[in-house]
Amino acid sequence: MKKLILAIFALVPMFAFAAGGGAHLDKAGNDLTDKESLKRGFESYLNYCLGCHQLQYQRYNRTFTDLGISEEEGIANWMPTGEKSGDHITNTMPAKEAAAWFGSAPPDLTLEARLRSPDYIYTYLRSFYVDANRPFGVNNKVFKDVGMPHVLQNLQGVRTMDEHGNLSEATGGSMTAEEYDTFARDLTNFLEYTGEPSKLEREAMGYKVIGFLIIFFIFSYFLKKEYWRDIH
Amino acid sequence: MFANFMAWIDKRLPVTDCWNKHLAQYPAPKNFNFWYFFGSLAMLVLVNQIVTGIWLTMSYEPSGEGAFASVEYIMRDVDYGWLLRYMHSTGASAFFIVVYMHMFRGMMYGSYQKPRELLWIFGMLIFLVLMAEAFMGYLLPWGNMSYWGAQVIISLFGAIPVIGDDLTLWIRGDYVISGATLNRFFALHVIAMPLVLVILVFLHILALHEVGSNNPEGTDVKKPKGSMKPEELSKFKFHKHYTDKYDIVDAIPFHPYYSVKDIMGVAGFLIIFCWVMFFAPEGGGYFIEAPNFEPANGLKTPEHIVPVWYFGPFYTILRVIPDKLLGAVGMFSAIIVLFLLPWFDRGTVKAMKFRSTIHTWNLIQFVISFIVLGYLGTKAATPLYNMIGVVASFGYFGFFVALWFYSKNEKTKPVPERVSG
Repeated sequence: MKKLILAIFALVPMFAFAAGGGAHLDKAGNDLTDKESLKRGFESYLNYCLGCHQLQYQRYNRTFTDLGISEEEGIANWMPTGEKSGDHITNTMPAKEAAAWFGSAPPDLTLEARLRSPDYIYTYLRSFYVDANRPFGVNNKVFKDVGMPHVLQNLQGVRTMDEHGNLSEATGGSMTAEEYDTFARDLTNFLEYTGEPSKLEREAMGYKVIGFLIIFFIFSYFLKKEYWRDIH
Repeated sequence: MFANFMAWIDKRLPVTDCWNKHLAQYPAPKNFNFWYFFGSLAMLVLVNQIVTGIWLTMSYEPSGEGAFASVEYIMRDVDYGWLLRYMHSTGASAFFIVVYMHMFRGMMYGSYQKPRELLWIFGMLIFLVLMAEAFMGYLLPWGNMSYWGAQVIISLFGAIPVIGDDLTLWIRGDYVISGATLNRFFALHVIAMPLVLVILVFLHILALHEVGSNNPEGTDVKKPKGSMKPEELSKFKFHKHYTDKYDIVDAIPFHPYYSVKDIMGVAGFLIIFCWVMFFAPEGGGYFIEAPNFEPANGLKTPEHIVPVWYFGPFYTILRVIPDKLLGAVGMFSAIIVLFLLPWFDRGTVKAMKFRSTIHTWNLIQFVISFIVLGYLGTKAATPLYNMIGVVASFGYFGFFVALWFYSKNEKTKPVPERVSG
C-alpha cells in the first residue's frame, strides 16, 4: 500500500513541460508582486510589442486595476485615444498582410508565458544574433529561424554567434547588458501577469482555504473518534 | 409538526424507509480501511464536476470561433470564473485518481467476485463513460492539444476495416475536427454522458446495497438467518430488508458511523485537491497541458501529441503495437479484460491477505505495469520507451492470464468466519 501511494505521487511530478527547442533557458527571476516592474513591462510592451503582437484576451482597465494605475491616468497616458478603457489590448495590424510580411502572422502574446514559460520569454528576448541568411538579418538561439526582426536591437545592440554556438556580448546598444536584462525581466513579468491575471488572488485564497480545511480536518477527525468510541 | 409532515410524506413516498434502508440502517462492515474512502470521494468529485460544469456552461461558447476566447473570458472577466474553471479541470484529473484507487481497492479485496460481478460491471461502465466524458470535455477549451489529441484518438476508429473512414466522418461530422465536432462533443459532454453517468452511479449503488459491501478481509457480514447466536449479532438496529433474510454480524449502520468517517476523508482529500488547484492548477503540465494555451490550429501540430495522463496506460498499449488496427484492438482489449475480471479470477477467496503469495506479487506487478504504462503515455515515444512499453503491456495483460491459471487451484489461507479485530 505504501508502495502504491509513493508510486502515485511519482506519477504527478511537479515540473513544467520543457518549453520546446530544448535550448538552455536562463532563469527569468521575475516577481509578480513587483508593481513597478509590471508597469515598466506594460510600458515597454505598449511601445515595442503591441504594434505586431496583440493581447486580445486582456483588457486595459483590468490591467490598470491590477497594476495600480488609476482609471483617469490609464486613459490619459496608457492607451490609444479613441478606445474605451474596457477594450481588449489589440492592434490594427491586418493578419493576412502580416502573414505575407513575416511568413506567419505575429501570434497573440496574452498566454505566451503559460504556453512557453517565463524563462523562455526572458531568454528569447536576449538571444537574437546576426545571421545574414535570414530575411531580417537576425536569428534567435531559442527559436531557430524566427520570422521576427530584432525589434529591441537599438536597446540591446548586436550579438554574433561563434562556431561553437556561443553568443558574443552585445555591442552598440543604448543599454548596458544589465539594463537590458532588467528590461527583458520586466517584460517577462508583465507577460506572466497577462497569462493569468488572477494568479496572486488565487494563491492568496489558497492559503486561506487550506488553512480552513486543516482546521476542519482536525475537527472532523475528533468527531469521527467520538462517534466511533464504542466500535471495536 | 415535523413528525406530522414526515408522516404525510411517508404515506405518499417512502422517504424515511429509503433513508433507513440505504443509510441509517444499512449494515456496513465495521472494518473499512483507507481504501474505502474513494467511493464517497468519487461521488464528491462527480458533484463538483456537475455543479462547476453548470456554471461554466453559463459563460462558455461552444463554437470553433468563440470557444478558446470564452475560456479566457471565464478566466478573466467572470467573477471567480478562474476558480470554477480550475475546480473543473483539477476535478477531471482528481476523478481519475480517485476512480483508479477505487478500482484497485476492488482488485485487492476481490470485491468483483461472486456475488458482486454485476456491481463490478456497473463500475466498469461508469469508468468507460467517464473516459468518454473526459475525452469530449478535453476538446471543449479548443486548445491546440485538445484539437490534436482528439484528432489522434478519433482517427483510431479509421483503423476498423471497411467502415472505418465513414465511421470517423460520422463521429467528427466533418472531414477534419472542426466546429461541428466541437458542438456535438459539447452536447454529449454536458447532457448525454452526465445523464448516463448519474444513472449508472445510481445502479452501482443499488447493486451494492443488494449484495452488501465487501471488506478488507473478504468475509461476509450477512450470515444465513438463524445461524448465529443472539449474543453474536451486531447490537445495532438494521433495516428489516436485511434482518428478515440474514443474521448481521460485525456491521455498523452506514450513518452516522461511515458518514462521519467519510467527512474526515473528504476533508483530507480536499486539502490535497485544493493545494493542487490553488498552487499548481496545471498539475505540472499534466492536468492542463501547455500547448493548450494556444488556440486549436489544424496546420500546426504540438511538438509531441500526448493524451492527458489518465489515458496514458491505454495510449501506450496502442502505441507499442506497430499495426494501427491491432493497436486499437489491444487498447480496447485492455479495458475489456477489466470487465471480465470476475471470470478471469476462478478463486473463491476474496481478500489479498488470505490469498497466495503469487497473487500478491501478481497484483504488485500489475500496479507497476499500469503506472509505467501511464507514465510512458505522457512522453514522446523513443525506442527505449517503446521497449519498456512492450514489457509493461505484457505485465498488464499477463496479470489476467496468470490469474486465470493459478486461481483455479490456488493455495489460500483459511478465511475466518468473522471479521477479526
